[in-house]
Amino acid sequence: MSDAAISGRHLGATKRTKAAQGALMKSGIARKVVYGALPWLAIILLWYAVRLSGLVKPTLVPTPWEVMTTWWNLVTEAGFLTDMYMSTQRVVLGVALGILAAVPVGFLLGWYQPVRRFIDPLINFFRALPPIALIPLVIVYFGIGETAKVVILFYASFFAGVIVMYEGIAQISPIYLRVARTLGATDLEIFSKVVIPLAVPHVLTALRVALGVAWATLVASELIAAQQGLGAVIQDASAFFQLDTIYAGIITIGVIALIMDYLLRRASRRLLSWQERING
Amino acid sequence: MNAPRERITFDAVSKEYDVNGGPLKVVDDVSFGVGDGEFVALVGPSGCGKTTMLNMVAGFVAPSSGAVRLDGRPISGPGPERGVMFQEYGVFPWLTVQGNIEFGLKLRANRTDAAERRRISERYLSLMRLTDFRDAYPKTLSGGMRQRVALARAYAVRPEFLLMDEPFGALDAQTRSAMQNLLLEVLQTEGKTVVMITHSVDEALYLASRVVVISARPARIRKIVDVPFSYPRHEELHETPDFAEMRSEIRDLVMQEYAAQEKQARMRLAS
Repeated sequence: MSDAAISGRHLGATKRTKAAQGALMKSGIARKVVYGALPWLAIILLWYAVRLSGLVKPTLVPTPWEVMTTWWNLVTEAGFLTDMYMSTQRVVLGVALGILAAVPVGFLLGWYQPVRRFIDPLINFFRALPPIALIPLVIVYFGIGETAKVVILFYASFFAGVIVMYEGIAQISPIYLRVARTLGATDLEIFSKVVIPLAVPHVLTALRVALGVAWATLVASELIAAQQGLGAVIQDASAFFQLDTIYAGIITIGVIALIMDYLLRRASRRLLSWQERING
Repeated sequence: MNAPRERITFDAVSKEYDVNGGPLKVVDDVSFGVGDGEFVALVGPSGCGKTTMLNMVAGFVAPSSGAVRLDGRPISGPGPERGVMFQEYGVFPWLTVQGNIEFGLKLRANRTDAAERRRISERYLSLMRLTDFRDAYPKTLSGGMRQRVALARAYAVRPEFLLMDEPFGALDAQTRSAMQNLLLEVLQTEGKTVVMITHSVDEALYLASRVVVISARPARIRKIVDVPFSYPRHEELHETPDFAEMRSEIRDLVMQEYAAQEKQARMRLAS
């Protein structure tokens, strides 16, 4: 058989497998969508079941459909998008500033043992304080404007992030530093070419943890004092016993937090394709 | 035959560590030299102080008394002229195979322009049979391949010395034997002065031109054995009677030291 024939056959085979792979991938995506939707479907059914079972007063549990129409009305008529935007903006700003500060501080603590011994008790003390407990104090010092909210979120994200950062940095295996040194790396090169790449996963984890904490804290702070934002919407609705609005607000918070986490996870997967993970 | 120029010198070297308040001697008055182009293997029981000796040559540890010299000058720290291979590979997980090999060439200490860097990494990719894996991340590689990446990375910066701490200790028997042959082959094309730590008397005899038997802790020199087999060496060497005889002779010595080390451990436990 000639070479051309062999390669021709080979080509055909590759084409076939490519097509098969495409089909496989499509069915893989379809399966992913189904599996992704299944738990939500289940919880909506459960919700209906509770409502229809008659165990709870109907006025206390709006149906998912009612909540959805309320949500749509809020968006189209009550400026709900502005509230979503305000809340998201506060979270993003607070987390960004908090992590921006947590990364260098976490580096210092992780890298220099003596600094850690000195500062550790302080960090643990401030970390143990729930940010919500500081809200009254923050209102006294910063009022009830945007600054106050960002300050609380900064506080919450910073202490959530700093712990993740310094634990991560402290766990960097010394073997990599030794290898770099034997190849002739200076301290600065070791930092920029070894420590920083090894720190990226911890920065991303710190971001995810901080985002979670920040959403919890944000809503609390908006519940207490805010004109706008998802927490304020929920608080106002509670005053008028508008249960469907409360539900719509809560679900919106969950969905936004979920989307942010998803985006971060995707970014991590791209940035950290080199990492060994238990699940792919 | 003239004795080769001495490159590494251990001159009455001792090392003590402070452990639980008391001094613990790990290396005791060791003197020997490694000549240019020599391959010296250190064998002895685990925990006897061999790694400390190698770390002194690498520049990670300073002796408590005596001196370790490189071409007559005391060693003050690590340097790119001494390539080190560790048992735990130390392959950078965030870099591809090629990225790992080129890592050293991008440092200021051995700055190389892009074309030269490419040329060098291509050379070691093919020498270590890693060409097909140039873009792979270490997580996808086997232990033997990772160790080849580590060897290529060490070679890329053109060190004069190769210091190896149990480099093949974590590999299975077949991979280990393949790595030994690859190392011999690479050394045949690009000679280095080598110091290697190993637990395997067989490995020491097969690779080295001299075997230094180290005692139980604190490390002293028990015996220095010149290995008479000429290079290039091949697998069949293992089957020769001379090899077998030397192996059993050295193994007896090493076993005695293992027994002594174990006795020490038992006494520590009792006290």
